[in-house]
Amino acid sequence: MMRPRRLRMIMACMAVLLAGPFASGDEIPLAARKSGSEFMSRQTQDMQNDDTSNPAMLWVLEGETLWSKPAGTANKSCSSCHRDAATSMKGVAASYPAFDETSSKVINLEQRINLCRTEQQKASPLAYESRDLLALTAYLARQSKGMPIEAKDDSRTRPFREAGEKLYSERVGQLNLSCAQCHTDNWGQKLGSALLPQAHPTAYPLYRLEWQTVGSLQRRLRNCMIGMRAEPYAYGDQEFVNLELYLMWRARGMTMEAPGVRP
Amino acid sequence: MKRVAETMLEPTRRIFILRTGQLGLGLVLGAAGAQRARATPDMMRQLVDEITGGKPMTKGKVTLDLPPLVDNGNTVPMTVSVDSPMTDDNYVRVIHVVNEKNPQPDVITCTMGPRCGRASFATRIKLADSQKITAVAEMNDGSFWFDNADVIVTLAACLEDIL
Amino acid sequence: MARALVNVPANARRGDIIEIKALISHPMESGFRVGTNGKIIQRDIIQTFTCTYNGEEVFKAKYSPAIAANPFISFSTRATDSGEIVLAWRGDNGFEAVETKQITVE
Repeated sequence: MMRPRRLRMIMACMAVLLAGPFASGDEIPLAARKSGSEFMSRQTQDMQNDDTSNPAMLWVLEGETLWSKPAGTANKSCSSCHRDAATSMKGVAASYPAFDETSSKVINLEQRINLCRTEQQKASPLAYESRDLLALTAYLARQSKGMPIEAKDDSRTRPFREAGEKLYSERVGQLNLSCAQCHTDNWGQKLGSALLPQAHPTAYPLYRLEWQTVGSLQRRLRNCMIGMRAEPYAYGDQEFVNLELYLMWRARGMTMEAPGVRP
Repeated sequence: MKRVAETMLEPTRRIFILRTGQLGLGLVLGAAGAQRARATPDMMRQLVDEITGGKPMTKGKVTLDLPPLVDNGNTVPMTVSVDSPMTDDNYVRVIHVVNEKNPQPDVITCTMGPRCGRASFATRIKLADSQKITAVAEMNDGSFWFDNADVIVTLAACLEDIL
Repeated sequence: MARALVNVPANARRGDIIEIKALISHPMESGFRVGTNGKIIQRDIIQTFTCTYNGEEVFKAKYSPAIAANPFISFSTRATDSGEIVLAWRGDNGFEAVETKQITVE
């Protein structure tokens, strides 16, 4: 089953390479931006938009429990400091990655959670894609649902965003493709039978039907890199965080849908 | 984004096509060797015969709602409803859903009765390939009714375990 | 304990048809997939889902490996009396999850 699929996928990539309109280098105008959910079938949209049927809500529910569960030698929970997430975490996920004073770097939401764990709770950091970290990020992202994405643009974050932008437009891997070739120059076209979206991270972490589980934006970025036959960065690498920041900035003002559902 | 000059791109494409061809052949041979278990349309008919005990079934009363084109075969929303008053003397006893090309022909069997009020349910199923799905309803009077749906399963373009 | 998200109306009028929706965390491993080590991943599925209303079974489903991961089910039942609606999932490897919801019927 999977193997002929792979062959078809390779052929699909070839089709885009050989037949797609050519790279223009022009970024999508702000008003022409569309969230990935607009490219989905009505059934998948319904699954995302109804809380009682969105499978990612199982992770949100778990995150809610973890929020007030003490952890580490400090025996503190998230709520010990942050109280009610509905107020304290409103809009937070919509503004990450953000600048961290201590490390003088831009960090993402997962890294922020792990800093709280190691510094405040005196607990071990949670691994990327572990159920607990996905549950916590899903719960936090949920507190920003319906809010506009707010990527800060200042002198401290700009170098990181520019590094991310460079990655976005750089050709990599055996297929010699860049993110921009698919998601800026050819969005709306088909890659195999799948529609190419514009790559706006409006709904992470999200439940991907292909994964049959919830995953982070970095998991999705790894998928893309593997598809391009490039060596993916490791989870948490600064390159990935920079790319996340650039993607959030590119999607600035768009509405947070997290936790989303995607094919 | 700057476009790479044609002269540079061409050899890359040629090499790419060649390599992909070689890789593709290997993958096809590998798949043939795996010999996965799979249901067939015959197995589905057999299962339907078992359900009905060989009794005739009539097309109608049942509505099998599946998207004709699905985003991903791993999670396909499905609703089955049957036109029935669901009263003590006229109700749906069981709804069976069967398929042609998954590893197994059975999908789900729901037992219901007058207490349900409405003869319908919704769930999400896996479809290994484009195929025909059949829903069979068994009424309290022993009659069988059915509906079919043809579904085209599209594939995600970027798979994670590709390497 | 598995996570389940259950939606049952808390109040209903006698005779009303109410909709029950439920999601449960479960991999629904089909037993047909091959792992990265080339070996078949062992089947691990939920086999049955039942709903009882004040002790009486009103809906039952038998699942196959073709039910998607993190199974979703929705169905209806007639609100008869106030009491307990119990949803139960049972499956391979001794899997069992039970969720109880109260309903007030006037």
